[in-house]
Amino acid sequence: MSAARILAVVLRQYYLIRGTFARFLPLFAWVAIDMLTWGFLSRYLDSVAGSPLNFVPRLLGAVLLWDFLVRVAQGVTTAFLEDVWSRNFLNFFATPLTVGEYLAGLMLTSIATSLVGLIVMLIMATTVFGLPFLALGAISLPYLLILFLSGISLGVFGAGLVLRLGPASEWFIWMIPATLGPFAAVFYPMSSLPGWMRAISYLVPPSYVFEGLRSVVGGGRLAWSPLLAGGALTAFYAALAIGFFRITYRRAIRTGLIARYSAESVS
Amino acid sequence: MPVLSAQGLCKSYGDVDAVRDVSFVVESGEIVGLLGPNGAGKTTTLNMVLGVLEPTSGSIAIEGMDLRKHRAQALARTNFAAVYAALPGNLTVYQNLRVFGLIYAVPNLKARIEESLAEADLIRFRNTKCGVLSSGEQTRVSLAKAMLNRPRLLLLDEPTASLDPAMARDIRRRIRAFAAAGTGGVLWTSHNMYEVEEVCDRVLFISKGRILLEGDPRKLPAAHGKKTLEELFIALARESLIPEPT
Repeated sequence: MSAARILAVVLRQYYLIRGTFARFLPLFAWVAIDMLTWGFLSRYLDSVAGSPLNFVPRLLGAVLLWDFLVRVAQGVTTAFLEDVWSRNFLNFFATPLTVGEYLAGLMLTSIATSLVGLIVMLIMATTVFGLPFLALGAISLPYLLILFLSGISLGVFGAGLVLRLGPASEWFIWMIPATLGPFAAVFYPMSSLPGWMRAISYLVPPSYVFEGLRSVVGGGRLAWSPLLAGGALTAFYAALAIGFFRITYRRAIRTGLIARYSAESVS
Repeated sequence: MPVLSAQGLCKSYGDVDAVRDVSFVVESGEIVGLLGPNGAGKTTTLNMVLGVLEPTSGSIAIEGMDLRKHRAQALARTNFAAVYAALPGNLTVYQNLRVFGLIYAVPNLKARIEESLAEADLIRFRNTKCGVLSSGEQTRVSLAKAMLNRPRLLLLDEPTASLDPAMARDIRRRIRAFAAAGTGGVLWTSHNMYEVEEVCDRVLFISKGRILLEGDPRKLPAAHGKKTLEELFIALARESLIPEPT
Protein backbone atom coordinates (compact mmCIF):
# COMPACT_ATOMS: atom_id res chain seq x y z
CA MET A 1 0.00 0.00 0.00
CA SER A 2 1.20 3.49 -0.82
CA ALA A 3 0.59 6.13 1.84
CA ALA A 4 0.82 8.87 -0.82
CA ARG A 5 -1.94 7.30 -2.90
CA ILE A 6 -4.18 6.88 0.17
CA LEU A 7 -3.45 10.51 1.02
CA ALA A 8 -4.49 11.50 -2.50
CA VAL A 9 -7.95 9.97 -1.98
CA VAL A 10 -8.30 11.75 1.38
CA LEU A 11 -6.96 15.01 -0.02
CA ARG A 12 -9.56 15.00 -2.78
CA GLN A 13 -12.31 14.67 -0.16
CA TYR A 14 -10.71 17.38 1.97
CA TYR A 15 -10.66 19.77 -1.00
CA LEU A 16 -14.32 19.00 -1.69
CA ILE A 17 -15.45 19.56 1.89
CA ARG A 18 -13.28 22.65 2.35
CA GLY A 19 -14.48 24.18 -0.87
CA THR A 20 -18.23 23.89 -0.41
CA PHE A 21 -20.33 25.03 2.52
CA ALA A 22 -23.03 22.57 1.39
CA ARG A 23 -20.59 19.71 2.06
CA PHE A 24 -19.21 21.13 5.30
CA LEU A 25 -22.53 21.88 7.00
CA PRO A 26 -23.96 18.32 7.02
CA LEU A 27 -20.89 17.09 8.92
CA PHE A 28 -22.47 18.45 12.08
CA ALA A 29 -25.87 20.03 11.26
CA TRP A 30 -28.00 16.87 11.35
CA VAL A 31 -26.38 15.44 14.44
CA ALA A 32 -26.76 18.81 16.19
CA ILE A 33 -30.48 18.84 15.34
CA ASP A 34 -30.76 15.27 16.63
CA MET A 35 -29.07 16.26 19.87
CA LEU A 36 -31.51 19.13 20.36
CA THR A 37 -34.60 17.06 19.55
CA TRP A 38 -33.68 14.06 21.67
CA GLY A 39 -32.11 16.15 24.40
CA PHE A 40 -35.32 18.10 25.01
CA LEU A 41 -37.43 14.96 24.67
CA SER A 42 -35.26 13.22 27.28
CA ARG A 43 -35.60 16.19 29.63
CA TYR A 44 -39.34 16.27 29.15
CA LEU A 45 -39.69 12.55 29.85
CA ASP A 46 -37.54 12.95 32.95
CA SER A 47 -39.90 15.66 34.18
CA VAL A 48 -43.19 13.83 33.52
CA ALA A 49 -42.36 10.15 33.95
CA GLY A 50 -41.83 10.32 37.69
CA SER A 51 -39.48 7.40 37.34
CA PRO A 52 -36.02 6.94 38.84
CA LEU A 53 -34.91 6.06 35.33
CA ASN A 54 -32.75 8.83 33.85
CA PHE A 55 -33.78 9.31 30.24
CA VAL A 56 -30.85 11.50 29.24
CA PRO A 57 -28.24 8.73 29.10
CA ARG A 58 -30.77 6.14 27.95
CA LEU A 59 -32.26 8.12 25.08
CA LEU A 60 -29.87 10.94 24.27
CA GLY A 61 -26.79 8.75 24.85
CA ALA A 62 -28.27 6.04 22.64
CA VAL A 63 -29.05 8.54 19.87
CA LEU A 64 -25.54 9.97 20.11
CA LEU A 65 -23.94 6.55 19.63
CA TRP A 66 -26.33 5.48 16.89
CA ASP A 67 -25.76 8.77 15.05
CA PHE A 68 -22.02 8.16 15.33
CA LEU A 69 -22.41 4.78 13.60
CA VAL A 70 -24.60 6.31 10.89
CA ARG A 71 -22.11 9.16 10.34
CA VAL A 72 -19.25 6.67 9.94
CA ALA A 73 -21.24 4.69 7.37
CA GLN A 74 -22.24 7.83 5.52
CA GLY A 75 -18.67 9.10 5.68
CA VAL A 76 -17.62 6.15 3.53
CA THR A 77 -20.60 6.16 1.19
CA THR A 78 -20.66 9.93 0.64
CA ALA A 79 -16.95 9.96 -0.20
CA PHE A 80 -17.57 7.08 -2.62
CA LEU A 81 -20.58 8.82 -4.15
CA GLU A 82 -18.47 11.90 -4.85
CA ASP A 83 -16.56 9.73 -7.34
CA VAL A 84 -19.82 8.38 -8.76
CA TRP A 85 -21.29 11.86 -9.20
CA SER A 86 -18.17 13.28 -10.84
CA ARG A 87 -17.64 10.12 -12.96
CA ASN A 88 -14.16 9.78 -11.58
CA PHE A 89 -13.74 5.99 -11.63
CA LEU A 90 -11.89 5.89 -14.93
CA ASN A 91 -9.55 8.68 -13.82
CA PHE A 92 -8.81 6.93 -10.53
CA PHE A 93 -8.66 3.29 -11.52
CA ALA A 94 -6.58 3.75 -14.67
CA THR A 95 -3.77 4.80 -12.33
CA PRO A 96 -1.53 2.88 -9.92
CA LEU A 97 -4.20 3.37 -7.23
CA THR A 98 -5.26 -0.03 -5.89
CA VAL A 99 -8.72 -0.87 -4.63
CA GLY A 100 -7.27 -1.41 -1.13
CA GLU A 101 -5.73 2.06 -1.16
CA TYR A 102 -8.97 3.54 -2.43
CA LEU A 103 -10.98 1.91 0.37
CA ALA A 104 -8.38 2.96 2.94
CA GLY A 105 -8.73 6.54 1.70
CA LEU A 106 -12.53 6.38 2.04
CA MET A 107 -12.20 4.97 5.56
CA LEU A 108 -9.74 7.64 6.66
CA THR A 109 -12.05 10.27 5.26
CA SER A 110 -14.88 8.75 7.24
CA ILE A 111 -12.81 8.80 10.45
CA ALA A 112 -12.21 12.52 9.99
CA THR A 113 -15.78 13.45 9.07
CA SER A 114 -17.43 11.26 11.73
CA LEU A 115 -15.08 12.63 14.42
CA VAL A 116 -16.34 16.14 13.64
CA GLY A 117 -19.91 14.91 14.18
CA LEU A 118 -18.97 13.00 17.35
CA ILE A 119 -17.22 16.00 18.89
CA VAL A 120 -20.16 18.30 18.14
CA MET A 121 -22.60 15.75 19.61
CA LEU A 122 -20.48 15.26 22.74
CA ILE A 123 -20.14 18.99 23.33
CA MET A 124 -23.89 19.55 22.96
CA ALA A 125 -24.98 16.47 24.90
CA THR A 126 -22.64 17.05 27.83
CA THR A 127 -22.81 20.82 28.14
CA VAL A 128 -26.46 21.49 27.24
CA PHE A 129 -28.16 18.33 28.52
CA GLY A 130 -25.68 17.04 31.11
CA LEU A 131 -25.07 13.65 29.51
CA PRO A 132 -22.40 12.03 31.72
CA PHE A 133 -20.68 10.43 28.73
CA LEU A 134 -17.17 11.36 29.79
CA ALA A 135 -17.78 9.66 33.14
CA LEU A 136 -17.66 6.37 31.26
CA GLY A 137 -13.97 7.03 30.66
CA ALA A 138 -11.95 4.40 28.85
CA ILE A 139 -14.89 1.96 28.94
CA SER A 140 -16.46 3.89 26.08
CA LEU A 141 -13.54 3.24 23.74
CA PRO A 142 -14.15 -0.45 22.89
CA TYR A 143 -17.84 0.34 22.44
CA LEU A 144 -17.03 3.23 20.11
CA LEU A 145 -14.61 0.99 18.22
CA ILE A 146 -17.32 -1.62 17.60
CA LEU A 147 -19.72 1.07 16.40
CA PHE A 148 -16.99 2.56 14.21
CA LEU A 149 -16.19 -0.79 12.59
CA SER A 150 -19.90 -1.49 12.13
CA GLY A 151 -20.28 1.86 10.37
CA ILE A 152 -17.29 1.11 8.16
CA SER A 153 -18.78 -2.28 7.26
CA LEU A 154 -22.15 -0.76 6.37
CA GLY A 155 -20.47 2.03 4.39
CA VAL A 156 -18.22 -0.26 2.38
CA PHE A 157 -21.09 -2.69 1.77
CA GLY A 158 -23.27 0.20 0.59
CA ALA A 159 -20.53 1.45 -1.74
CA GLY A 160 -20.17 -2.07 -3.14
CA LEU A 161 -23.92 -2.20 -3.75
CA VAL A 162 -23.87 1.07 -5.70
CA LEU A 163 -20.88 -0.14 -7.70
CA ARG A 164 -22.73 -3.36 -8.47
CA LEU A 165 -26.25 -2.01 -9.06
CA GLY A 166 -25.45 1.45 -10.42
CA PRO A 167 -25.97 5.04 -9.25
CA ALA A 168 -29.74 4.61 -9.40
CA SER A 169 -29.44 2.37 -6.33
CA GLU A 170 -27.98 5.24 -4.32
CA TRP A 171 -31.17 5.62 -2.28
CA PHE A 172 -30.74 2.06 -1.08
CA ILE A 173 -27.63 2.81 0.94
CA TRP A 174 -29.27 5.57 2.97
CA MET A 175 -31.81 3.13 4.36
CA ILE A 176 -29.39 0.35 5.36
CA PRO A 177 -28.64 1.75 8.86
CA ALA A 178 -32.32 2.55 9.44
CA THR A 179 -33.23 -1.04 8.54
CA LEU A 180 -30.77 -2.36 11.10
CA GLY A 181 -31.96 0.07 13.78
CA PRO A 182 -34.82 -2.02 15.22
CA PHE A 183 -32.51 -5.01 15.61
CA ALA A 184 -29.68 -3.00 17.17
CA ALA A 185 -31.70 -2.49 20.36
CA VAL A 186 -30.73 1.16 20.47
CA PHE A 187 -33.51 2.35 22.78
CA TYR A 188 -34.81 -0.86 24.36
CA PRO A 189 -33.29 -4.05 25.75
CA MET A 190 -33.09 -7.07 23.50
CA SER A 191 -35.34 -8.90 25.94
CA SER A 192 -38.23 -6.70 24.84
CA LEU A 193 -37.98 -8.03 21.28
CA PRO A 194 -39.94 -11.04 20.01
CA GLY A 195 -37.90 -14.22 19.63
CA TRP A 196 -37.24 -13.96 15.89
CA MET A 197 -36.08 -10.35 16.19
CA ARG A 198 -33.89 -11.19 19.16
CA ALA A 199 -32.28 -13.95 17.11
CA ILE A 200 -31.37 -11.39 14.45
CA SER A 201 -30.18 -8.94 17.12
CA TYR A 202 -27.53 -11.43 18.18
CA LEU A 203 -26.09 -11.10 14.67
CA VAL A 204 -26.05 -7.28 14.80
CA PRO A 205 -22.86 -6.05 16.56
CA PRO A 206 -24.27 -2.68 17.75
CA SER A 207 -26.84 -4.59 19.85
CA TYR A 208 -23.94 -5.77 22.06
CA VAL A 209 -22.84 -2.16 22.47
CA PHE A 210 -26.24 -0.83 23.48
CA GLU A 211 -26.99 -3.79 25.78
CA GLY A 212 -23.60 -3.40 27.42
CA LEU A 213 -23.84 0.35 27.87
CA ARG A 214 -27.37 0.14 29.25
CA SER A 215 -26.04 -2.28 31.86
CA VAL A 216 -23.10 0.00 32.73
CA VAL A 217 -25.32 3.09 32.96
CA GLY A 218 -27.70 1.11 35.18
CA GLY A 219 -24.83 0.49 37.59
CA GLY A 220 -23.73 -2.92 36.30
CA ARG A 221 -20.18 -3.98 35.52
CA LEU A 222 -18.62 -4.07 32.11
CA ALA A 223 -19.28 -7.53 30.66
CA TRP A 224 -16.31 -8.54 28.54
CA SER A 225 -17.77 -11.64 26.88
CA PRO A 226 -20.55 -9.87 24.95
CA LEU A 227 -18.15 -7.05 24.17
CA LEU A 228 -15.65 -9.48 22.65
CA ALA A 229 -18.45 -11.28 20.79
CA GLY A 230 -19.63 -7.97 19.35
CA GLY A 231 -16.05 -7.06 18.43
CA ALA A 232 -15.39 -10.38 16.70
CA LEU A 233 -18.69 -10.19 14.85
CA THR A 234 -18.06 -6.66 13.59
CA ALA A 235 -14.50 -7.55 12.50
CA PHE A 236 -16.01 -10.47 10.56
CA TYR A 237 -18.56 -8.18 8.89
CA ALA A 238 -15.88 -5.62 8.05
CA ALA A 239 -13.86 -8.36 6.31
CA LEU A 240 -17.01 -9.52 4.49
CA ALA A 241 -17.86 -5.99 3.34
CA ILE A 242 -14.33 -5.37 2.05
CA GLY A 243 -14.41 -8.76 0.32
CA PHE A 244 -17.76 -7.89 -1.27
CA PHE A 245 -16.43 -4.56 -2.56
CA ARG A 246 -13.29 -6.23 -3.94
CA ILE A 247 -15.32 -8.92 -5.74
CA THR A 248 -17.66 -6.27 -7.15
CA TYR A 249 -14.68 -4.23 -8.30
CA ARG A 250 -13.10 -7.29 -9.96
CA ARG A 251 -16.36 -7.92 -11.77
CA ALA A 252 -16.49 -4.28 -12.90
CA ILE A 253 -12.97 -4.63 -14.32
CA ARG A 254 -13.93 -7.86 -16.09
CA THR A 255 -17.06 -6.38 -17.64
CA GLY A 256 -15.59 -2.95 -18.35
CA LEU A 257 -18.12 -1.27 -16.07
CA ILE A 258 -15.46 0.86 -14.36
CA ALA A 259 -14.65 2.53 -17.68
CA ARG A 260 -18.24 3.39 -18.55
CA TYR A 261 -19.91 3.73 -15.18
CA SER A 262 -23.12 5.69 -15.32
CA ALA A 263 -26.75 5.30 -14.43
CA GLU A 264 -27.45 3.85 -17.85
CA SER A 265 -24.55 1.40 -17.90
CA VAL A 266 -25.64 -0.89 -15.09
CA SER A 267 -28.61 -3.15 -15.28
CA MET B 1 12.42 -2.98 -24.97
CA PRO B 2 9.10 -1.50 -26.23
CA VAL B 3 7.22 0.73 -23.80
CA LEU B 4 4.07 -1.20 -24.66
CA SER B 5 3.72 -4.74 -25.87
CA ALA B 6 0.24 -6.19 -26.40
CA GLN B 7 0.16 -9.83 -27.44
CA GLY B 8 -2.89 -11.78 -28.62
CA LEU B 9 -5.40 -9.50 -26.93
CA CYS B 10 -8.98 -10.74 -27.04
CA LYS B 11 -12.07 -9.37 -25.34
CA SER B 12 -15.45 -11.04 -25.58
CA TYR B 13 -18.81 -10.08 -24.11
CA GLY B 14 -20.77 -13.28 -24.27
CA ASP B 15 -20.89 -14.23 -27.96
CA VAL B 16 -19.67 -10.82 -29.11
CA ASP B 17 -15.96 -10.49 -29.81
CA ALA B 18 -15.03 -6.84 -29.28
CA VAL B 19 -11.31 -7.40 -29.80
CA ARG B 20 -9.80 -10.42 -31.54
CA ASP B 21 -6.17 -11.44 -31.36
CA VAL B 22 -4.71 -7.93 -31.41
CA SER B 23 -0.92 -7.71 -31.12
CA PHE B 24 1.25 -4.62 -31.43
CA VAL B 25 4.09 -2.74 -29.79
CA VAL B 26 4.83 0.92 -29.13
CA GLU B 27 8.48 1.89 -28.97
CA SER B 28 9.93 4.74 -26.97
CA GLY B 29 9.84 7.99 -28.96
CA GLU B 30 7.16 6.63 -31.27
CA ILE B 31 3.60 7.87 -31.82
CA VAL B 32 1.30 5.06 -32.88
CA GLY B 33 -2.19 5.85 -34.15
CA LEU B 34 -5.03 3.45 -33.51
CA LEU B 35 -7.61 4.07 -36.25
CA GLY B 36 -10.93 2.55 -37.04
CA PRO B 37 -14.65 3.21 -37.39
CA ASN B 38 -16.87 3.64 -34.36
CA GLY B 39 -17.23 0.38 -32.46
CA ALA B 40 -14.09 -1.09 -34.05
CA GLY B 41 -12.48 -1.88 -30.70
CA LYS B 42 -10.10 1.07 -30.26
CA THR B 43 -11.37 2.21 -26.87
CA THR B 44 -11.75 -1.39 -25.72
CA THR B 45 -8.07 -1.93 -26.56
CA LEU B 46 -7.08 1.29 -24.76
CA ASN B 47 -9.13 0.34 -21.71
CA MET B 48 -7.34 -3.00 -21.53
CA VAL B 49 -3.97 -1.23 -21.67
CA LEU B 50 -5.18 1.13 -18.93
CA GLY B 51 -6.03 -1.82 -16.70
CA VAL B 52 -9.72 -0.90 -16.39
CA LEU B 53 -10.87 -3.78 -18.59
CA GLU B 54 -9.63 -7.32 -18.19
CA PRO B 55 -8.75 -9.07 -21.46
CA THR B 56 -10.45 -12.41 -22.05
CA SER B 57 -7.04 -13.63 -23.16
CA GLY B 58 -3.69 -12.24 -24.17
CA SER B 59 -1.13 -10.21 -22.30
CA ILE B 60 -0.04 -6.60 -21.90
CA ALA B 61 3.43 -5.55 -20.79
CA ILE B 62 4.47 -1.98 -20.05
CA GLU B 63 8.26 -1.69 -20.23
CA GLY B 64 8.35 -5.45 -19.86
CA MET B 65 6.18 -5.39 -16.75
CA ASP B 66 3.14 -7.64 -16.96
CA LEU B 67 0.02 -5.56 -16.33
CA ARG B 68 -1.95 -8.40 -14.78
CA LYS B 69 0.77 -9.37 -12.30
CA HIS B 70 2.21 -5.93 -11.51
CA ARG B 71 -0.72 -3.61 -12.11
CA ALA B 72 0.30 -0.70 -9.87
CA GLN B 73 3.96 -0.71 -10.95
CA ALA B 74 3.04 -0.98 -14.64
CA LEU B 75 0.38 1.76 -14.51
CA ALA B 76 2.77 4.07 -12.65
CA ARG B 77 4.67 4.27 -15.96
CA THR B 78 1.62 5.33 -17.93
CA ASN B 79 -0.86 8.16 -18.03
CA PHE B 80 -3.80 9.01 -20.21
CA ALA B 81 -6.22 11.62 -21.46
CA ALA B 82 -9.55 10.88 -23.06
CA VAL B 83 -12.28 13.13 -24.32
CA TYR B 84 -14.82 11.21 -22.20
CA ALA B 85 -12.76 11.25 -19.00
CA ALA B 86 -12.67 14.87 -17.87
CA LEU B 87 -11.05 15.49 -14.52
CA PRO B 88 -13.49 16.07 -11.63
CA GLY B 89 -15.14 19.41 -12.28
CA ASN B 90 -15.59 20.17 -8.59
CA LEU B 91 -11.85 20.52 -7.95
CA THR B 92 -9.64 23.34 -9.19
CA VAL B 93 -6.95 22.78 -11.79
CA TYR B 94 -4.23 22.89 -9.11
CA GLN B 95 -6.13 20.54 -6.77
CA ASN B 96 -6.67 17.98 -9.52
CA LEU B 97 -3.00 18.06 -10.50
CA ARG B 98 -1.96 17.69 -6.86
CA VAL B 99 -4.28 14.71 -6.27
CA PHE B 100 -3.11 12.89 -9.40
CA GLY B 101 0.49 13.89 -8.80
CA LEU B 102 0.32 12.11 -5.45
CA ILE B 103 -1.25 9.04 -7.05
CA TYR B 104 1.56 8.88 -9.63
CA ALA B 105 4.22 9.63 -6.97
CA VAL B 106 5.57 12.58 -8.95
CA PRO B 107 8.86 13.76 -7.43
CA ASN B 108 9.08 17.46 -6.46
CA LEU B 109 5.36 17.66 -7.08
CA LYS B 110 4.91 21.33 -6.28
CA ALA B 111 7.55 22.45 -8.77
CA ARG B 112 6.34 19.96 -11.37
CA ILE B 113 2.77 21.27 -11.10
CA GLU B 114 4.00 24.84 -11.66
CA GLU B 115 5.98 23.64 -14.67
CA SER B 116 2.96 21.79 -16.08
CA LEU B 117 0.67 24.79 -15.57
CA ALA B 118 3.12 26.97 -17.49
CA GLU B 119 3.63 24.40 -20.28
CA ALA B 120 -0.12 24.06 -20.81
CA ASP B 121 -0.77 27.80 -20.49
CA LEU B 122 -3.00 27.17 -17.49
CA ILE B 123 -1.48 29.49 -14.92
CA ARG B 124 -4.44 31.86 -15.00
CA PHE B 125 -6.81 28.92 -14.40
CA ARG B 126 -4.79 27.54 -11.50
CA ASN B 127 -7.54 28.17 -8.92
CA THR B 128 -10.49 27.73 -11.27
CA LYS B 129 -12.73 24.71 -10.89
CA CYS B 130 -12.31 22.42 -13.87
CA GLY B 131 -16.07 22.16 -14.35
CA VAL B 132 -16.38 25.80 -15.41
CA LEU B 133 -13.58 25.66 -17.99
CA SER B 134 -14.33 25.44 -21.70
CA SER B 135 -13.95 22.01 -23.30
CA GLY B 136 -10.67 23.11 -24.86
CA GLU B 137 -9.32 24.29 -21.54
CA GLN B 138 -10.46 21.06 -19.89
CA THR B 139 -8.59 19.10 -22.55
CA ARG B 140 -5.45 21.09 -21.74
CA VAL B 141 -5.88 20.27 -18.05
CA SER B 142 -6.34 16.58 -18.91
CA LEU B 143 -3.16 16.68 -20.97
CA ALA B 144 -1.27 18.47 -18.20
CA LYS B 145 -2.38 15.65 -15.88
CA ALA B 146 -1.43 13.06 -18.49
CA MET B 147 2.11 14.42 -18.76
CA LEU B 148 2.54 15.26 -15.08
CA ASN B 149 4.46 12.09 -14.24
CA ARG B 150 6.46 12.14 -17.50
CA PRO B 151 4.97 8.77 -18.44
CA ARG B 152 6.84 6.15 -20.43
CA LEU B 153 3.56 5.37 -22.17
CA LEU B 154 1.03 8.08 -22.95
CA LEU B 155 -2.44 6.93 -23.98
CA LEU B 156 -4.67 9.43 -25.74
CA ASP B 157 -8.23 8.71 -26.82
CA GLU B 158 -9.34 11.39 -29.29
CA PRO B 159 -7.60 14.15 -27.34
CA THR B 160 -8.38 16.84 -29.91
CA ALA B 161 -11.99 15.85 -30.60
CA SER B 162 -13.58 18.95 -29.07
CA LEU B 163 -10.92 21.51 -29.91
CA ASP B 164 -10.76 24.34 -32.40
CA PRO B 165 -8.06 23.99 -35.09
CA ALA B 166 -5.61 26.34 -33.38
CA MET B 167 -5.84 24.59 -30.06
CA ALA B 168 -5.72 21.16 -31.71
CA ARG B 169 -2.51 22.18 -33.47
CA ASP B 170 -1.03 23.31 -30.19
CA ILE B 171 -1.90 19.98 -28.56
CA ARG B 172 -0.34 18.07 -31.47
CA ARG B 173 2.79 20.16 -31.12
CA ARG B 174 3.05 19.29 -27.43
CA ILE B 175 2.55 15.59 -28.04
CA ARG B 176 5.12 15.55 -30.84
CA ALA B 177 7.57 17.30 -28.51
CA PHE B 178 6.84 14.69 -25.84
CA ALA B 179 7.65 11.85 -28.25
CA ALA B 180 10.66 13.66 -29.72
CA ALA B 181 12.19 13.89 -26.26
CA GLY B 182 12.55 10.12 -26.60
CA THR B 183 11.55 9.29 -23.05
CA GLY B 184 8.16 7.83 -23.84
CA GLY B 185 5.87 6.43 -26.52
CA VAL B 186 2.33 7.45 -27.41
CA LEU B 187 -0.71 5.40 -28.39
CA TRP B 188 -3.26 7.74 -29.95
CA THR B 189 -6.76 7.28 -31.31
CA SER B 190 -8.30 9.85 -33.62
CA HIS B 191 -10.84 10.16 -36.39
CA ASN B 192 -9.00 13.13 -37.88
CA MET B 193 -6.89 11.65 -40.70
CA TYR B 194 -5.09 14.93 -41.36
CA GLU B 195 -3.97 14.93 -37.76
CA VAL B 196 -2.96 11.28 -37.82
CA GLU B 197 -0.88 11.80 -40.95
CA GLU B 198 0.81 14.79 -39.39
CA VAL B 199 1.54 13.30 -36.00
CA CYS B 200 1.79 9.50 -36.10
CA ASP B 201 4.91 7.54 -37.02
CA ARG B 202 2.86 4.42 -37.53
CA VAL B 203 -0.85 3.57 -37.65
CA LEU B 204 -2.85 0.45 -36.93
CA PHE B 205 -6.18 0.15 -38.75
CA ILE B 206 -8.55 -1.77 -36.56
CA SER B 207 -11.96 -2.99 -37.58
CA LYS B 208 -14.35 -5.47 -36.00
CA GLY B 209 -11.79 -5.93 -33.27
CA ARG B 210 -8.97 -6.95 -35.63
CA ILE B 211 -5.93 -5.13 -36.94
CA LEU B 212 -6.36 -4.98 -40.73
CA LEU B 213 -3.43 -2.79 -41.73
CA GLU B 214 -0.31 -1.40 -40.18
CA GLY B 215 2.26 1.03 -41.50
CA ASP B 216 3.46 4.57 -42.14
CA PRO B 217 0.38 6.82 -42.53
CA ARG B 218 2.15 8.77 -45.29
CA LYS B 219 2.88 5.65 -47.37
CA LEU B 220 -0.13 3.43 -46.68
CA PRO B 221 -2.64 5.21 -48.99
CA ALA B 222 -0.46 4.86 -52.11
CA ALA B 223 0.42 1.29 -51.23
CA HIS B 224 -3.31 0.48 -51.31
CA GLY B 225 -4.24 2.54 -54.35
CA LYS B 226 -5.78 5.46 -52.50
CA LYS B 227 -4.95 9.14 -52.67
CA THR B 228 -5.32 10.00 -49.02
CA LEU B 229 -5.42 8.35 -45.65
CA GLU B 230 -9.03 9.42 -45.34
CA GLU B 231 -9.95 7.59 -48.53
CA LEU B 232 -8.19 4.51 -47.27
CA PHE B 233 -9.97 4.80 -43.94
CA ILE B 234 -13.37 5.09 -45.62
CA ALA B 235 -12.68 2.15 -47.87
CA LEU B 236 -11.62 -0.03 -44.97
CA ALA B 237 -14.54 1.12 -42.83
CA ARG B 238 -16.99 0.25 -45.65
CA GLU B 239 -15.43 -3.15 -46.10
CA SER B 240 -15.77 -3.72 -42.42
CA LEU B 241 -19.52 -3.09 -42.69
CA ILE B 242 -19.89 -6.09 -44.97
CA PRO B 243 -20.88 -9.03 -42.80
CA GLU B 244 -18.28 -11.75 -42.55
CA PRO B 245 -19.19 -15.15 -44.02
CA THR B 246 -20.21 -17.53 -41.28
